[in-house]
Amino acid sequence: MTSCHIAEEPIKKVAIFGGTHGNELTGVFLVKHWLKNGAEIQRTGLEVKPFITNPRAVKKCTRYIDCDLNRIFDLENLGKKMSEDLPYEVRRAQEINHLFGPKNSEDSYDIIFDLHNTTSNMGCTLVLEDSRNNFLIQMFHYIKTSLAPLPCYVYLIEHPSLKYATTRSIAKYPVGIEVGPQPQGVLRADILDQMRKMIKHALDFIHHFNEGKEFPSCAIEVYKIMEKVDYPRNENGEIAAIIHPNLQDQDWKPLHPGDPVFLTLDGKTIPLGGDCTVHPVFVNEAAYYEKKEAFAKTTKLTLHADSIRCSLH
Amino acid sequence: MCSLPVPREPLRRVAVAGGKHGNEMSGVYLVRHWLLAPAELQRPSFSAVPVLANPAATTACRRYVDRDLNRTFTSTFLNSRPTPDDPYEVTRARELNQLLGPKASGQAFDFVLDLHTSTANMGTCFIAESSHDVFALHLCRHLQLQYPELSCQVFLYQRSGEESYSLDSVAKNGLALELGPQPQGVLRADIFSRMRALVATVLDFIDLFNQGTAFPTFEMEAYRPVGIMDFPRTEAGNLAGTVHPQLQDQDFQPLQPGDPIFQMFSGEDLLYEGESTVYPLFINEAAYYEKGVAFVQTEKLTFSVPAMPALTPAPSPAS
Repeated sequence: MTSCHIAEEPIKKVAIFGGTHGNELTGVFLVKHWLKNGAEIQRTGLEVKPFITNPRAVKKCTRYIDCDLNRIFDLENLGKKMSEDLPYEVRRAQEINHLFGPKNSEDSYDIIFDLHNTTSNMGCTLVLEDSRNNFLIQMFHYIKTSLAPLPCYVYLIEHPSLKYATTRSIAKYPVGIEVGPQPQGVLRADILDQMRKMIKHALDFIHHFNEGKEFPSCAIEVYKIMEKVDYPRNENGEIAAIIHPNLQDQDWKPLHPGDPVFLTLDGKTIPLGGDCTVHPVFVNEAAYYEKKEAFAKTTKLTLHADSIRCSLH
Repeated sequence: MCSLPVPREPLRRVAVAGGKHGNEMSGVYLVRHWLLAPAELQRPSFSAVPVLANPAATTACRRYVDRDLNRTFTSTFLNSRPTPDDPYEVTRARELNQLLGPKASGQAFDFVLDLHTSTANMGTCFIAESSHDVFALHLCRHLQLQYPELSCQVFLYQRSGEESYSLDSVAKNGLALELGPQPQGVLRADIFSRMRALVATVLDFIDLFNQGTAFPTFEMEAYRPVGIMDFPRTEAGNLAGTVHPQLQDQDFQPLQPGDPIFQMFSGEDLLYEGESTVYPLFINEAAYYEKGVAFVQTEKLTFSVPAMPALTPAPSPAS
């Protein structure tokens, strides 16, 4: 009905990052495969570059060497004077910023897809950093519709203090792709297939967009981060309670005040406090024990996107 | 191969070891809990000692620091002269051998229970040395009868001619519990509770034995390794594919010649080309990628386990 739409520039440069965490194997092996045989990810008129972001961590099959690469793409770290004393990942971040950025400049890549796995039961997840990004909301709507009936969830990490400086944030349109559950250091065929499909639909969307297709206004359900919840700990800082069996594997499902959240080692149940229903994500993610996050609380909301069409048509 | 002698005296010196691999969290947290609250490990006829087998790897939440501790309990490592450059786990294995052994000596602990988890869908699995491990097999049988809902399987790991290399071989008798699936670095409440309950029942069994219970002969079904299958790899040694979706999570299910086992990144299926049915275990275990093992091929066997007569009446139990 509306004749008003957003005219967007065509997409020219796309990158697909794997191995930002060296033990999240699906992205590692998809990127390695595409580096040898990239036919699957080519689209006419589009440059799609697969890239291993943390090769030393990949070689050791560990999340990181010195520090988490996916938390340090802020301007302060990117601007530090290069030296051998800098942590490996900070030096690497500067190299990546040089190749695919610079962040916040006209020369940076248009879209970066960053491939991740989680030990949490999150299924197929797209991570959005900006709630007003029409183009990405449209892309996510397309991917979700194409994957259906396989569920695909959108996690919105826009938050004044909880948003973090991701590797992909150097692009104009950063897209996080997270598929789980998969243990660290394991490559599951079913998870590989799901991630592969997500990328395929994403690239198809970009191709249709570049070819002039108009995408009418749409709405998607997203889960917006509210706060992170740590494990109960003892005086030594050790975990004193674990994710309750009723919450384990129940990512995205509504959690009401009074529902069990933790089970102490003595067998006591700790319920959810507060007075609102939340939707937990990253429930029992292995890598978040050290970040003091047992799960994140999200709130469900709907985001709208105006219709978009490539400005060259 | 000689039978492990069935104990003729009550078992008094019993240890429960967790954290042999520092990222297998259930055992780590159980041992940490018992170190603060040991009452759970006490029985009328003995008290079990909790042991954190690999403290440095546990602190780092890694399988090991220098080498796999669970492959280091061979006489080569245990008896060689210590040097300052020894890998952490070799030094640690010698310490554990002093604490719980020495291996193959009269002073060794009577029983060590070793707690493990796997990323593979191993369910509830008991790992004993061989079909001659009479005491351990009666224990497995007892656990199976106590937990019929769990479908507990028995894996006999020792290959003929090979010296046993794991922690429970240091003591006179031992058993490992292997539960899965659980990711490395993750503590699941369901796996934790199950492991805790199984440990309690193991200690109950030892107490029953100590108190003079007899255990009749029975037929046991178990799995024994006949080979391993590595992932398909490129010339450079990198993965060229992964476990096929039809094989993933199918531990202990029969694998027939012609069944798909791997899916290549380029899309084709690789089929099992063996000549007979095997039973794959440890399918897609994270720690085995570096060992070149996508799954362990086993054969299923059934055999009789001889009765274990009651101990002759013992003096009053140690307090």
